[in-house]
Amino acid sequence: MANALVNVPPRARRGEVIEIKTLISHPMETGYRRSQLGTPIPRDIVRLFVCTYNGTEVFRAELHPAIAANPFFVFSTVATESGTLAFQWTGDNGFSATESAAITVD
Amino acid sequence: MSGSFVRLLAATALTLLAGTAFPGEIPQAERRSGYDFMSRETRAMQDDETANPGMLGVLEGGTLWARKTGAAGRACADCHGDARASMKGVAARYPAFDATSKRPVNLEQRINVCRTERQQAPALAYESRELLALTAFVARQSRGLPIDIAVDARVQPFLDNGRAAFYRRQGQLNLACSQCHDDNWGKRLAGNAIPQAHPTGYPVYRLEWQSLGSLQRRLRNCLVGIRAEPYEYGAPELVELELFLMWRARGMAIEAPGVRP
Repeated sequence: MANALVNVPPRARRGEVIEIKTLISHPMETGYRRSQLGTPIPRDIVRLFVCTYNGTEVFRAELHPAIAANPFFVFSTVATESGTLAFQWTGDNGFSATESAAITVD
Repeated sequence: MSGSFVRLLAATALTLLAGTAFPGEIPQAERRSGYDFMSRETRAMQDDETANPGMLGVLEGGTLWARKTGAAGRACADCHGDARASMKGVAARYPAFDATSKRPVNLEQRINVCRTERQQAPALAYESRELLALTAFVARQSRGLPIDIAVDARVQPFLDNGRAAFYRRQGQLNLACSQCHDDNWGKRLAGNAIPQAHPTGYPVYRLEWQSLGSLQRRLRNCLVGIRAEPYEYGAPELVELELFLMWRARGMAIEAPGVRP
């Protein structure tokens, strides 16, 4: 159900450094706030983001409560071979979202 | 000095001629979108469709557009088809006159009219995720198109009400919208640039809100800021003010979903 936007260049030359952008829809509720009735709002955040390139992990980030809603990551990797970049977000309350993008390297 | 005298003369002449120009009104050529007052980074965020968090709402709105709902079991797409064609330019024309209620309705209200009458589904709550997503999706189809509010005899009284509200001092601070947005735009208020209040990017993703929000949410914010009691969502006064602001921004390009600090 979660919406994610990823931006991976569809083609790249071998050895080229490519920039990858990801955006995930998530409220990132800190757990420190209280509702208007004074009851604590439980924490609900994305805990971990992992990007794998043909099965090899190329980027990993641990997230914490101070990160704003809809976390946005920009990172780079070296285009080594054609294949798939897979993205996975996991978090509180069993949150899990995946997205993938294909890249052709020549 | 002589320039300001000429401007005053011109404004007076216009007031006499059309009865519409107000002193201090921003000349057409000097109008600037809130986009121009933002930092380079925030502008880049709005321009890049994979960095603009408002696009998450558009994405969700696209899903809702195609989903069958309500007792009629119809999706928006069943009547309107491909939104890229059927919704192109629609957001640039709203608020628009609604013949049934005999008053202007904004885009959110128009979507809810469709929901309750055509889909026979319950109306979506103002500022609910679904309504913002659908509005963002519809508004996105008008990106880059000029705002074009049709003013006829039926709409004119509501436009006049909106204009009066814009120039009326209100709240404990006794401020009119125009005192900030006509007279002092470009200056800073508590470190933030004062924009000209052209609603070109709504619904916007406001970084402070960390979510999408409607123009009415923004207007209510301003009302609280001048210590006035904010109108309820959907109140006729807010729609009239929206109508006036959109008319005031006529010809400017729609940026929805905008990003604002």
